[in-house]
Amino acid sequence: MGELFKAVAHAIREKEPVAVVTEVQGPNPGAKMLVGEESVTGSLGDEKLDGAVIENARGFIDMAQTGTRTYGPQGQGNSEEVEVFIQAFSQPPDMYVLGAVNLANAVVRLGKFLGYRVTVVDARRIFANQERFPEADEVVVQWPNEFLETAPISRRTAIVILTHDPKFDIPILEFALKSPVGYLGAMGSRRTHEKRKANLREIGVTDEQMERIHAPLGLDLGARTPEETAVSILAQIIALRTGRSGGHLDEASGRIHA
Amino acid sequence: MIDVLDGVEEWLDDGKKVALVTLIATERSAPRDPGAAFAVNEDGKVLGSISGGCVEPAAITEAMNVIETGVPQRMTYGITDEDACAVGLTCGGTVHLMIERIDW
Repeated sequence: MGELFKAVAHAIREKEPVAVVTEVQGPNPGAKMLVGEESVTGSLGDEKLDGAVIENARGFIDMAQTGTRTYGPQGQGNSEEVEVFIQAFSQPPDMYVLGAVNLANAVVRLGKFLGYRVTVVDARRIFANQERFPEADEVVVQWPNEFLETAPISRRTAIVILTHDPKFDIPILEFALKSPVGYLGAMGSRRTHEKRKANLREIGVTDEQMERIHAPLGLDLGARTPEETAVSILAQIIALRTGRSGGHLDEASGRIHA
Repeated sequence: MIDVLDGVEEWLDDGKKVALVTLIATERSAPRDPGAAFAVNEDGKVLGSISGGCVEPAAITEAMNVIETGVPQRMTYGITDEDACAVGLTCGGTVHLMIERIDW
Protein backbone atom coordinates (compact mmCIF):
# COMPACT_ATOMS: atom_id res chain seq x y z
CA MET A 1 0.00 0.00 0.00
CA GLY A 2 1.32 3.38 -0.98
CA GLU A 3 4.19 1.88 -3.00
CA LEU A 4 3.29 3.50 -6.31
CA PHE A 5 2.58 6.74 -4.46
CA LYS A 6 6.06 6.58 -2.94
CA ALA A 7 7.56 5.92 -6.37
CA VAL A 8 5.72 9.01 -7.68
CA ALA A 9 6.94 11.10 -4.74
CA HIS A 10 10.50 9.88 -5.29
CA ALA A 11 10.45 10.69 -9.02
CA ILE A 12 9.05 14.17 -8.40
CA ARG A 13 11.64 14.95 -5.72
CA GLU A 14 14.47 13.70 -7.91
CA LYS A 15 13.05 15.76 -10.80
CA GLU A 16 12.80 12.67 -12.99
CA PRO A 17 10.32 13.44 -15.80
CA VAL A 18 7.28 11.22 -15.16
CA ALA A 19 3.55 11.10 -15.78
CA VAL A 20 0.96 9.69 -13.40
CA VAL A 21 -1.90 8.03 -15.27
CA THR A 22 -5.28 7.40 -13.64
CA GLU A 23 -8.30 5.74 -15.19
CA VAL A 24 -11.12 8.01 -14.02
CA GLN A 25 -13.94 6.34 -15.96
CA GLY A 26 -14.17 2.90 -17.58
CA PRO A 27 -13.87 -0.77 -16.62
CA ASN A 28 -11.16 -0.22 -13.97
CA PRO A 29 -11.70 3.18 -12.37
CA GLY A 30 -8.77 4.12 -10.16
CA ALA A 31 -6.28 1.95 -12.09
CA LYS A 32 -2.85 3.64 -12.12
CA MET A 33 0.33 3.75 -14.10
CA LEU A 34 3.56 5.60 -13.47
CA VAL A 35 5.12 6.34 -16.84
CA GLY A 36 8.75 7.46 -17.14
CA GLU A 37 10.66 8.29 -20.28
CA GLU A 38 11.78 4.67 -20.47
CA SER A 39 9.95 2.89 -17.66
CA VAL A 40 6.37 1.91 -16.83
CA THR A 41 4.91 0.73 -13.52
CA GLY A 42 1.33 -0.52 -13.24
CA SER A 43 -1.38 -1.22 -15.81
CA LEU A 44 -4.90 -0.16 -16.72
CA GLY A 45 -5.77 -3.82 -17.34
CA ASP A 46 -5.43 -4.08 -21.12
CA GLU A 47 -2.15 -4.33 -22.97
CA LYS A 48 -3.29 -2.37 -26.03
CA LEU A 49 -4.91 0.34 -23.92
CA ASP A 50 -1.70 0.59 -21.88
CA GLY A 51 0.30 0.98 -25.10
CA ALA A 52 -1.83 3.85 -26.41
CA VAL A 53 -1.90 5.61 -23.04
CA ILE A 54 1.85 5.23 -22.48
CA GLU A 55 2.58 6.83 -25.85
CA ASN A 56 0.27 9.75 -25.01
CA ALA A 57 1.72 10.05 -21.51
CA ARG A 58 5.24 10.36 -22.95
CA GLY A 59 3.94 13.16 -25.21
CA PHE A 60 2.53 14.83 -22.09
CA ILE A 61 5.94 14.48 -20.38
CA ASP A 62 7.68 16.00 -23.41
CA MET A 63 5.48 19.09 -23.31
CA ALA A 64 4.89 19.18 -19.52
CA GLN A 65 1.12 18.91 -19.91
CA THR A 66 -1.75 17.69 -17.77
CA GLY A 67 -5.26 16.72 -18.86
CA THR A 68 -7.74 13.99 -19.73
CA ARG A 69 -7.88 11.75 -22.80
CA THR A 70 -10.48 9.19 -23.86
CA TYR A 71 -9.99 5.79 -25.47
CA GLY A 72 -11.81 2.62 -26.34
CA PRO A 73 -11.34 -0.40 -24.03
CA GLN A 74 -8.43 -1.59 -26.21
CA GLY A 75 -6.95 1.87 -26.69
CA GLN A 76 -9.01 2.86 -29.75
CA GLY A 77 -8.90 6.56 -30.49
CA ASN A 78 -12.48 7.17 -31.57
CA SER A 79 -14.19 6.20 -28.33
CA GLU A 80 -15.06 7.78 -25.00
CA GLU A 81 -15.58 4.58 -23.02
CA VAL A 82 -12.39 4.94 -21.02
CA GLU A 83 -11.41 8.33 -19.63
CA VAL A 84 -7.85 8.70 -18.41
CA PHE A 85 -6.28 11.55 -16.49
CA ILE A 86 -2.62 12.14 -17.31
CA GLN A 87 -0.53 14.40 -15.10
CA ALA A 88 3.03 15.07 -16.20
CA PHE A 89 5.69 16.14 -13.76
CA SER A 90 8.38 17.64 -15.97
CA GLN A 91 9.81 20.98 -16.91
CA PRO A 92 8.47 22.60 -20.09
CA PRO A 93 10.93 22.02 -22.94
CA ASP A 94 13.23 24.86 -23.95
CA MET A 95 13.15 26.57 -27.31
CA TYR A 96 16.09 28.79 -28.12
CA VAL A 97 15.39 31.25 -30.92
CA LEU A 98 18.77 32.54 -32.04
CA GLY A 99 18.60 35.79 -33.98
CA ALA A 100 16.06 38.48 -33.01
CA VAL A 101 14.88 38.94 -36.60
CA ASN A 102 11.33 39.68 -37.73
CA LEU A 103 10.43 36.00 -38.13
CA ALA A 104 11.55 35.35 -34.55
CA ASN A 105 8.44 37.00 -33.14
CA ALA A 106 6.08 34.58 -34.89
CA VAL A 107 8.26 31.63 -33.86
CA VAL A 108 8.19 32.84 -30.23
CA ARG A 109 4.42 33.16 -30.24
CA LEU A 110 3.85 29.70 -31.72
CA GLY A 111 6.49 28.16 -29.48
CA LYS A 112 4.68 29.57 -26.43
CA PHE A 113 1.34 28.36 -27.82
CA LEU A 114 2.72 24.80 -28.00
CA GLY A 115 4.08 24.89 -24.47
CA TYR A 116 7.76 25.72 -24.89
CA ARG A 117 9.74 27.92 -22.58
CA VAL A 118 11.07 30.31 -25.20
CA THR A 119 14.30 32.30 -25.03
CA VAL A 120 15.36 34.77 -27.71
CA VAL A 121 19.09 35.40 -28.07
CA ASP A 122 20.87 38.04 -30.12
CA ALA A 123 24.11 39.94 -29.61
CA ARG A 124 22.47 43.19 -30.74
CA ARG A 125 20.74 44.96 -27.87
CA ILE A 126 18.73 47.11 -30.27
CA PHE A 127 16.96 43.99 -31.56
CA ALA A 128 17.04 41.74 -28.50
CA ASN A 129 14.72 43.39 -26.01
CA GLN A 130 11.54 42.45 -24.17
CA GLU A 131 9.55 45.19 -25.97
CA ARG A 132 10.05 43.46 -29.31
CA PHE A 133 9.33 40.02 -27.84
CA PRO A 134 6.72 40.53 -25.13
CA GLU A 135 5.72 36.86 -25.19
CA ALA A 136 9.22 35.43 -24.81
CA ASP A 137 10.06 33.99 -21.40
CA GLU A 138 13.50 35.52 -21.66
CA VAL A 139 15.40 37.79 -24.04
CA VAL A 140 19.17 37.52 -23.78
CA VAL A 141 21.73 39.92 -25.25
CA GLN A 142 24.70 37.67 -25.92
CA TRP A 143 26.48 35.97 -28.79
CA PRO A 144 24.24 32.95 -29.40
CA ASN A 145 27.09 30.41 -29.36
CA GLU A 146 28.26 31.75 -25.99
CA PHE A 147 24.70 31.56 -24.72
CA LEU A 148 24.46 27.89 -25.75
CA GLU A 149 27.63 27.02 -23.87
CA THR A 150 25.90 27.63 -20.54
CA ALA A 151 22.27 26.86 -21.48
CA PRO A 152 20.68 23.53 -20.57
CA ILE A 153 20.24 21.42 -23.73
CA SER A 154 18.43 18.06 -23.82
CA ARG A 155 16.77 15.88 -26.43
CA ARG A 156 13.57 17.88 -25.72
CA THR A 157 15.25 21.20 -26.59
CA ALA A 158 14.59 22.94 -29.91
CA ILE A 159 17.19 25.32 -31.35
CA VAL A 160 15.92 27.56 -34.15
CA ILE A 161 18.74 29.45 -35.84
CA LEU A 162 17.51 32.59 -37.59
CA THR A 163 20.77 34.57 -37.57
CA HIS A 164 21.36 33.90 -41.28
CA ASP A 165 24.98 34.98 -41.13
CA PRO A 166 27.94 32.58 -41.19
CA LYS A 167 29.68 34.66 -38.53
CA PHE A 168 26.95 33.56 -36.09
CA ASP A 169 25.67 30.35 -37.72
CA ILE A 170 28.93 28.41 -37.84
CA PRO A 171 29.94 28.73 -34.15
CA ILE A 172 26.31 27.99 -33.14
CA LEU A 173 26.15 24.86 -35.28
CA GLU A 174 29.61 23.70 -34.26
CA PHE A 175 28.56 23.81 -30.61
CA ALA A 176 24.98 22.56 -31.04
CA LEU A 177 26.09 19.48 -33.00
CA LYS A 178 28.08 18.32 -29.96
CA SER A 179 24.95 18.61 -27.74
CA PRO A 180 22.00 16.20 -27.36
CA VAL A 181 19.60 18.84 -28.81
CA GLY A 182 16.38 17.34 -30.21
CA TYR A 183 15.70 19.82 -33.01
CA LEU A 184 18.28 21.88 -34.81
CA GLY A 185 17.03 24.04 -37.66
CA ALA A 186 18.78 26.86 -39.49
CA MET A 187 17.25 29.48 -41.75
CA GLY A 188 18.67 29.98 -45.20
CA SER A 189 18.34 28.80 -48.78
CA ARG A 190 19.77 25.54 -50.06
CA ARG A 191 22.69 27.51 -51.47
CA THR A 192 23.35 29.22 -48.15
CA HIS A 193 23.31 25.84 -46.48
CA GLU A 194 25.75 24.34 -49.00
CA LYS A 195 28.18 27.16 -48.13
CA ARG A 196 27.55 26.53 -44.44
CA LYS A 197 28.31 22.84 -44.89
CA ALA A 198 31.56 23.70 -46.63
CA ASN A 199 32.51 25.96 -43.70
CA LEU A 200 31.63 23.25 -41.20
CA ARG A 201 33.64 20.64 -43.12
CA GLU A 202 36.66 22.92 -42.88
CA ILE A 203 36.47 22.86 -39.09
CA GLY A 204 36.16 19.08 -39.00
CA VAL A 205 32.40 18.48 -38.86
CA THR A 206 31.47 15.33 -40.80
CA ASP A 207 28.59 15.08 -43.28
CA GLU A 208 27.04 12.44 -41.05
CA GLN A 209 26.99 14.85 -38.10
CA MET A 210 25.51 17.54 -40.34
CA GLU A 211 22.47 15.37 -41.07
CA ARG A 212 21.04 16.58 -37.75
CA ILE A 213 20.74 20.11 -39.16
CA HIS A 214 17.43 20.97 -40.78
CA ALA A 215 18.13 23.62 -43.40
CA PRO A 216 16.24 25.08 -45.08
CA LEU A 217 14.05 24.64 -42.02
CA GLY A 218 10.34 23.83 -41.82
CA LEU A 219 7.83 21.70 -43.67
CA ASP A 220 7.04 22.31 -47.33
CA LEU A 221 3.85 24.34 -46.83
CA GLY A 222 4.55 27.10 -49.32
CA ALA A 223 4.66 29.53 -46.40
CA ARG A 224 4.90 33.21 -47.38
CA THR A 225 4.42 35.29 -44.23
CA PRO A 226 6.43 35.12 -41.00
CA GLU A 227 3.39 33.56 -39.31
CA GLU A 228 3.06 30.86 -41.98
CA THR A 229 6.79 30.20 -41.87
CA ALA A 230 6.59 29.81 -38.09
CA VAL A 231 3.77 27.25 -38.52
CA SER A 232 5.93 25.31 -40.96
CA ILE A 233 8.89 25.33 -38.52
CA LEU A 234 6.84 24.31 -35.49
CA ALA A 235 5.03 21.66 -37.54
CA GLN A 236 8.41 20.19 -38.50
CA ILE A 237 9.45 20.15 -34.85
CA ILE A 238 6.30 18.20 -33.92
CA ALA A 239 6.66 15.77 -36.83
CA LEU A 240 10.30 15.03 -35.97
CA ARG A 241 9.45 14.53 -32.31
CA THR A 242 6.69 12.05 -33.10
CA GLY A 243 8.56 10.45 -35.98
CA ARG A 244 5.92 11.34 -38.59
CA SER A 245 6.37 12.48 -42.17
CA GLY A 246 4.26 15.65 -41.95
CA GLY A 247 2.17 14.84 -45.03
CA HIS A 248 -1.59 14.94 -45.53
CA LEU A 249 -3.61 12.75 -43.13
CA ASP A 250 -6.23 12.07 -45.80
CA GLU A 251 -3.51 10.55 -47.97
CA ALA A 252 -2.10 8.42 -45.16
CA SER A 253 -3.29 5.25 -43.50
CA GLY A 254 -2.78 4.07 -39.96
CA ARG A 255 -3.04 5.88 -36.69
CA ILE A 256 -3.70 9.61 -36.60
CA HIS A 257 -2.38 10.46 -33.15
CA ALA A 258 1.17 9.78 -32.11
CA MET B 1 -0.20 17.06 -6.08
CA ILE B 2 3.32 18.28 -5.37
CA ASP B 3 2.24 20.44 -2.42
CA VAL B 4 0.69 17.51 -0.53
CA LEU B 5 3.38 14.86 -1.19
CA ASP B 6 5.26 15.21 2.08
CA GLY B 7 2.16 15.33 4.26
CA VAL B 8 0.49 12.39 2.54
CA GLU B 9 3.64 10.30 2.83
CA GLU B 10 3.73 11.00 6.55
CA TRP B 11 0.10 9.92 6.93
CA LEU B 12 0.76 6.72 4.96
CA ASP B 13 3.83 5.99 7.10
CA ASP B 14 1.65 6.42 10.20
CA GLY B 15 -0.69 3.78 8.76
CA LYS B 16 -3.52 6.22 8.08
CA LYS B 17 -6.00 5.72 5.27
CA VAL B 18 -5.79 8.65 2.87
CA ALA B 19 -7.96 9.90 0.03
CA LEU B 20 -6.55 12.05 -2.76
CA VAL B 21 -8.88 14.54 -4.45
CA THR B 22 -7.52 15.69 -7.82
CA LEU B 23 -8.89 18.39 -10.09
CA ILE B 24 -8.92 16.61 -13.47
CA ALA B 25 -10.75 19.14 -15.64
CA THR B 26 -12.38 22.57 -15.44
CA GLU B 27 -14.99 24.37 -17.50
CA ARG B 28 -15.12 28.13 -17.72
CA SER B 29 -13.48 29.96 -14.85
CA ALA B 30 -11.92 27.92 -12.10
CA PRO B 31 -9.40 29.02 -9.50
CA ARG B 32 -6.81 26.31 -10.19
CA ASP B 33 -5.58 24.23 -13.11
CA PRO B 34 -6.01 20.47 -13.61
CA GLY B 35 -3.55 18.53 -11.50
CA ALA B 36 -4.21 20.53 -8.33
CA ALA B 37 -5.01 18.18 -5.48
CA PHE B 38 -5.82 17.99 -1.82
CA ALA B 39 -5.73 15.08 0.57
CA VAL B 40 -7.97 13.91 3.40
CA ASN B 41 -7.10 11.27 6.00
CA GLU B 42 -9.36 8.92 7.96
CA ASP B 43 -9.40 11.36 10.89
CA GLY B 44 -10.88 14.05 8.64
CA LYS B 45 -7.66 16.07 8.47
CA VAL B 46 -7.21 18.00 5.25
CA LEU B 47 -4.06 19.07 3.36
CA GLY B 48 -4.04 21.50 0.47
CA SER B 49 -6.83 23.08 -1.55
CA ILE B 50 -8.20 22.98 -5.09
CA SER B 51 -10.72 25.77 -5.29
CA GLY B 52 -10.04 28.17 -2.49
CA GLY B 53 -12.88 26.68 -0.48
CA CYS B 54 -15.90 26.46 -2.80
CA VAL B 55 -16.12 22.73 -3.44
CA GLU B 56 -13.98 21.44 -0.59
CA PRO B 57 -16.78 20.75 1.93
CA ALA B 58 -18.73 18.50 -0.47
CA ALA B 59 -15.56 16.86 -1.74
CA ILE B 60 -14.33 16.15 1.78
CA THR B 61 -17.60 14.40 2.65
CA GLU B 62 -17.24 12.29 -0.48
CA ALA B 63 -13.57 11.63 0.27
CA MET B 64 -14.49 10.27 3.72
CA ASN B 65 -16.87 7.83 1.97
CA VAL B 66 -14.15 6.78 -0.44
CA ILE B 67 -11.75 6.16 2.46
CA GLU B 68 -14.45 3.89 3.91
CA THR B 69 -15.42 2.00 0.73
CA GLY B 70 -12.20 2.17 -1.30
CA VAL B 71 -14.31 2.77 -4.42
CA PRO B 72 -12.97 5.73 -6.44
CA GLN B 73 -15.45 8.40 -7.52
CA ARG B 74 -15.40 10.80 -10.44
CA MET B 75 -17.43 13.85 -9.38
CA THR B 76 -18.60 17.02 -11.09
CA TYR B 77 -19.34 20.16 -9.12
CA GLY B 78 -20.64 23.48 -10.36
CA ILE B 79 -19.32 26.50 -8.55
CA THR B 80 -22.32 28.77 -8.79
CA ASP B 81 -22.51 32.27 -7.42
CA GLU B 82 -25.34 31.18 -5.11
CA ASP B 83 -23.11 28.60 -3.44
CA ALA B 84 -21.72 29.43 -0.08
CA CYS B 85 -18.56 30.83 -1.63
CA ALA B 86 -16.66 33.51 0.18
CA VAL B 87 -16.69 36.88 -1.52
CA GLY B 88 -13.84 37.33 -3.97
CA LEU B 89 -13.51 33.73 -5.12
CA THR B 90 -13.60 32.89 -8.77
CA CYS B 91 -17.06 31.43 -9.27
CA GLY B 92 -19.31 30.39 -12.08
CA GLY B 93 -17.22 27.45 -13.32
CA THR B 94 -17.52 23.68 -13.19
CA VAL B 95 -14.86 21.35 -11.83
CA HIS B 96 -14.38 17.62 -12.38
CA LEU B 97 -12.72 15.76 -9.55
CA MET B 98 -11.26 12.29 -9.11
CA ILE B 99 -11.52 11.07 -5.55
CA GLU B 100 -9.53 7.94 -4.74
CA ARG B 101 -8.13 6.14 -1.73
CA ILE B 102 -4.36 5.84 -1.91
CA ASP B 103 -3.97 2.10 -1.83
CA TRP B 104 -1.69 2.13 -4.85
